[in-house]
Amino acid sequence: MGRVVRVEAAAVTVAAADGFATTVGLEIHVELSTRSKMFCGCEVAFGGEPNTRTCPVCLGLPGSLPVVNGRAVEHTLRIALALGCDIAARSLFHRKNYFYPDIPKNYQISQYDLPFGVGGALEVPDGDEVVRVGIARVHLEEDTGKSLHVGGTGRIADSEYSLEDFNRAGTPLVEIVTEPDITSPGQARAFVSELRALLESLGVSDVRMEEGSLRVDANVSVRRTGEAEHGTKVEVKNLNSIRSVGRALEHEVARQRSALEAGGQLIQETRHFDEKAGTTSPLRSKEYAFDYRYFPEPDLVPFEPARADVDRLRASLPESPARRRERFARELGLGAHDIAVLTASARVADWFERAARAYGGDAKRVANWITADLFGLLNEAAAELHETRFSPEDLAALVKLVDGGTISGKQAKAVLQEMFATGKAPDAIAAERGLQQISDAHELGAVVDQVVADNPDVAAKVRGGQTSAIGFLVGQVMKRTRGRANPALVNGLLRDKLAP
Amino acid sequence: MAVDRAAVDHVARLARLDLTEEERGRMSAELTHILEHAARIVALDLDGVEPTSHSLDLRNVTRPDEVIPCLPQEDAIAGAPAAESGRFRVPRIIEEP
Amino acid sequence: MSGPVWMSASELAAALSSGSLTSAEVVEGLLARADAIEPSLGTYLCRTPERALEQAAASDARRAAGEAASRFDGVPVAYKDIFVTRGVATTAGSRILEGWVPPYDATVVARCGAAGLPGLGKTNLDEFAMGSSTENSGFHVTRNPWDTGRVPGGSSGGSAALVAAGGVPWAWGTETGGSVRQPAALCGVVGIKPTYGLVSRSGMVAFASSLDQAGPIARCVGDAAALLQIAAGHDARDSTSIPGPAPDLLSGLDDGVDDLRVGVVASTLGEGVQPGVRTAVEDGFRRLEKLGADLIEVSLPSFEYGISAYYLIAPAEASSNLARYDGVRYGRRAEGDDVIEMMSRTRAEGFGTEVKRRIMLGTYALSAGYYEAYYGKAQKVRTLIARDFERAFDAVDLLVCPTSPTTAFGIGERTEDPLAMYLSDIFTVPVNLAGNAAVTVPCGVDEKGLPVGLQIIAPALGEATMLRAAHAFERDLGWAGSSASRPPL
Ligand SMILES: [Mg+2]
Ligand SMILES: [Zn+2]
Repeated sequence: MGRVVRVEAAAVTVAAADGFATTVGLEIHVELSTRSKMFCGCEVAFGGEPNTRTCPVCLGLPGSLPVVNGRAVEHTLRIALALGCDIAARSLFHRKNYFYPDIPKNYQISQYDLPFGVGGALEVPDGDEVVRVGIARVHLEEDTGKSLHVGGTGRIADSEYSLEDFNRAGTPLVEIVTEPDITSPGQARAFVSELRALLESLGVSDVRMEEGSLRVDANVSVRRTGEAEHGTKVEVKNLNSIRSVGRALEHEVARQRSALEAGGQLIQETRHFDEKAGTTSPLRSKEYAFDYRYFPEPDLVPFEPARADVDRLRASLPESPARRRERFARELGLGAHDIAVLTASARVADWFERAARAYGGDAKRVANWITADLFGLLNEAAAELHETRFSPEDLAALVKLVDGGTISGKQAKAVLQEMFATGKAPDAIAAERGLQQISDAHELGAVVDQVVADNPDVAAKVRGGQTSAIGFLVGQVMKRTRGRANPALVNGLLRDKLAP
Repeated sequence: MAVDRAAVDHVARLARLDLTEEERGRMSAELTHILEHAARIVALDLDGVEPTSHSLDLRNVTRPDEVIPCLPQEDAIAGAPAAESGRFRVPRIIEEP
Repeated sequence: MSGPVWMSASELAAALSSGSLTSAEVVEGLLARADAIEPSLGTYLCRTPERALEQAAASDARRAAGEAASRFDGVPVAYKDIFVTRGVATTAGSRILEGWVPPYDATVVARCGAAGLPGLGKTNLDEFAMGSSTENSGFHVTRNPWDTGRVPGGSSGGSAALVAAGGVPWAWGTETGGSVRQPAALCGVVGIKPTYGLVSRSGMVAFASSLDQAGPIARCVGDAAALLQIAAGHDARDSTSIPGPAPDLLSGLDDGVDDLRVGVVASTLGEGVQPGVRTAVEDGFRRLEKLGADLIEVSLPSFEYGISAYYLIAPAEASSNLARYDGVRYGRRAEGDDVIEMMSRTRAEGFGTEVKRRIMLGTYALSAGYYEAYYGKAQKVRTLIARDFERAFDAVDLLVCPTSPTTAFGIGERTEDPLAMYLSDIFTVPVNLAGNAAVTVPCGVDEKGLPVGLQIIAPALGEATMLRAAHAFERDLGWAGSSASRPPL
C-alpha cells in the first residue's frame, strides 16, 4: 500500500546542456484572506494568544459539524479561473484521514478526485522567454493548527514535547498543484513570484510567505539527458520565501546530480530545507507508508456551481499581471526593468497606475521616481508602497512641480523625503521650505541687472563672444537667490541682455 | 477474503489502536467472518450504478463569511488532559506530518 | 390516578395548562419513579435532578405569568447521552469521553429547552451508538422492563426502557441503522426514524454521518410526533439539514388510513423471523386492511443486501468520526513516550470491544486497495436500495414489515457473535441507507408476552402520512395507555 499520489502527468523536460535534466513540480498552499474560517465563524487572523480563535467546530469537539464558507469557495473558483482551469461541474469535499496532533479531527477536510479546478496553466517570464507551466488542479481544504516543539533545538527531531495551538486550524487553504513542467530552480522562483502577484491581484490572500500564508513544497527529480523516465522524485518542504525556493532547489538539484554522477541511487523521500545552512536533509522517515483513506465527506453536500455564476466570476476577474505587463509596455512604453519591478505586486502596479493617471504625461517619468527614489526610501524604512503616507496623486504633483520648473530635481528629492516622513503634499512642503523656484522673468530680471552691473568685466567678455563666461554670471544669480532661481530662465535672460 | 494477522497489524497501526495479542487474534477471525457476509455485495456486478454518498438531494450549501465569537481560551482548553500556557500539551512527536 | 408517571406528554401538557399539575410536581413524580426503577433497569448514565427542578420552576413561573414557551412547556424529557449538553457531562456511552463537559448544546437539546422541556438526564446507550442491545455501553447494561433478564435493544436502549417503564413520557434517541426503532419495538413503545436531514445532527456525537438521525421515543404516536415537531426543521449548523420549515406532523393524525395503499414487504416474514413476531405482524397487516387500507404485496429485492452494505459504510464513516478521540484535546488520555504511543494506548484503553471492531472494519474497508471492493460497492448498493424504495413508493403510499425479526433477546445471548447481533437490524437498516422515514408502533406480544413492533415505512418527508397510519393503528389496537402496555416491573 503505497502513498496516495494524486496527480501524475507526463512532463516535457528540457534537456540541460551538461547532460542532466531537471524536473520540478510545485504544490502551493495559499491561505485565503476570508473574514471567518473555512467551516466555522472563528476569525481568520495571524498570531495572537494561543487557542483564542477556536470553537467546537475547529477544535473538532464531538457533535460539531462543518458548514462551508461561501466566500472561500468563490475565492477558489476565482483562483482556478485566473489560472485558466476548467471549473468542475460537480465537486466534492473528501476526508483525508491521518493522525497528527495538530489536526483536531485527525482528518483534514480536503478534496480528492473532484477538485474545484483542473487543467489550467500559468505563463511565467523566464529571462526573455515565457514558460507555460501547467496547473494540474486547484482545490480547497482546511489548514492545520500549529505545533510548538519544546526542548532541544525547537525542531521536531529532538524536542521533549510539543504544544498545540488551534488558532490557525480551519483557515481556508487553497492547494495549487502544477504539472512537472518546471525545468530549473530559476523557473520555480519565477513561477512562485508570478503566482504570488496573480493571487495578490485577485485579492484572495495576503500572500505573506513569512507568515505562512503562501507555502511551497517542491517535487524535484534529476535524470541523465536522453533517459525517458523521470528520475527519482524527492519532495522538498519548508520553502518559506521566494528566495528559499531558488536556494533549496539549487542545492537539491546539485545534490541529486552529484549523487548520480558518483553512480549512486536516489531514494524517494521527503527532505527539509534548512534556511540557515542552505541545505536539504531527510525528514525523519515514516514508520510506514501513509494511507489517507479518502472518502466523500458525509457532513457536506456536493458543489455544482451554476454556469452563469462561473461566467460572472470569470468576467469579473481583474487584469492578470501578464496582461498588465503587456499593457505597460504597449501603452505606457515602459522598459522591461520598470515593468518587472512595477508588476511584481498588484498593489505596487495599482499605485503606479494611479500616479501615472494623475500625472497625465510620460508615465516613464513617474515610473522613474517610484523605482529610483521611492523604493529606496521604502527599503530603508522596510515598508511597502501601499503603506506610504502620501497618495499616488501627491507623487504626480511632485513630478509636475519639477516639470514646471517650480522646483529643481534635486530639491524634489528632498521634498519626497519629507512627503515620505510626514505625508504632506509636495507644494505645501516646497512653500514651507521656500523652495519654489523663481520663474518670474520680471523678478529675476532685476537680479540679473544687478549682477551684470556688479560684474562689468565678465559682462564685457560675454558681449565680446566668450559665451562660456556666462556660467559665472548664472552662478552669481543663483547665489543671490539662494538657489531658487530657475537656471534655464536666468540663462535666457543673460543671453538676451548680453547679446553682441 | 481472509483478514490475516499482517493485515490486522497494519490496520491497527493506521487506526492508532494498541491492541493486545489476544485482541489481534480475535479481530482477524471476526473481521474475516463479517467480510464473508459482505462478500455477497462484493460479488455483485454494479458497473454503471452510481454510488450514493448522500441520500439527500442538496447542493451548494454554504454559510455567509461572517465572524462569530469564539470560545474563551480557558473553555477551549478546559477538557485538555494536559495543557501549558494556553496550549494543549502532547508527548514528543516522532514523525513529520 | 398514579400521578404523572403514566400520563402521556399530551395529558401532562393539558394538566399543566389547566393548573391541575405543576411542572415541579411532574418532575418530582418522575424522579421518584426513576429512583424506583433504576436499580433494576439502569436506564440513565447521568441524572440531572437539580437542573430539572430549576427548569421546572422556571416553567411554572412562565405558565403562572401566562407566558408558556410552548404547548409542552414543563413536560420533562430525557436525552440519549449522545446529544451534547452544555455544562452536563456527555459520554456517548464511552469511557474515552469520561469527564468531558461540552461547552455547547445540541440543536435538539436547545430546541427542546426553548420549548420549555426540563431535562431529567442522559440515558444509556451502546458505546457511540454501536450496538443493538445497549450491552456495549462502556458503563453498564440496561435491562428490558418487560423482562430484566433481557436486553432493551439498542443503541437507544436507555431511552426506550425509561419511556416504557414510565420514567419519562418521551425521550430522544438516535438512529444509524435502527437504534430508535429496534429498542422501541423491544420495549413496546413508539419510535420514529425521521427522514435524513429533518432533524439537525448538530451536537449529536457522530457515529456514521451519512446515516445518523435523531428520533423520538414515546408511549404513543401523538407524543412521538409532537416531540419530533419540536426539534424538526432547518438548522444552519448542519449542512445536511433540509431547507425550510418542517412539515406539519400533527394536524392530520386523526385522518385514518382508508385512502392509503400499503405495501407488505413479502420477504420480511420468511426464515429467521420469530413465529410470535410473524403472527403479531400479520395480525397487524389485517388490522390495517380492516381500517380501510389497500394492502398490496411488494418486493424489494435489494433489501437483503442492506446489512452487508450497512456494515461497510457505517464502520467506514465511524473509523473516521472516532479518530478525534486521541487524548489530545478532551477526554481520557493514557501515558505514552511519544504521541503515537499515547494516542494508540488512549484509544485501546478508552474504546470497548465493539467500537474497536468497527474501527478496524471501517479502516480496512477504506484502506488502499479495498476501497472500491468494499466502500465503493456498498455506496452503489445504497443506490439500489433507494431505487427499490422509489419503485415501491410509485405503487404504494407506505410499506409495512416487522421492525425486528425477534422480540427482546437474553442479556449476553448475542455478544459473542457480532454477526448475529448485526442481523437484529436487518429490517431497519435499508431505511437508513435510503434516508427515508419509518416508525415502529407496538402490535402485540409474542408467546412469552414480549412486545412486538410493526414497522411502517414512508418515502422521504412522508412522515405525516406515516404517522396518521401509525396513529389509526394504535387507536384500533388500544395498546397505548392501557394497562397491557405497562411492563410488569
Ligand atoms: Mg494539501
Ligand atoms: Zn471555529
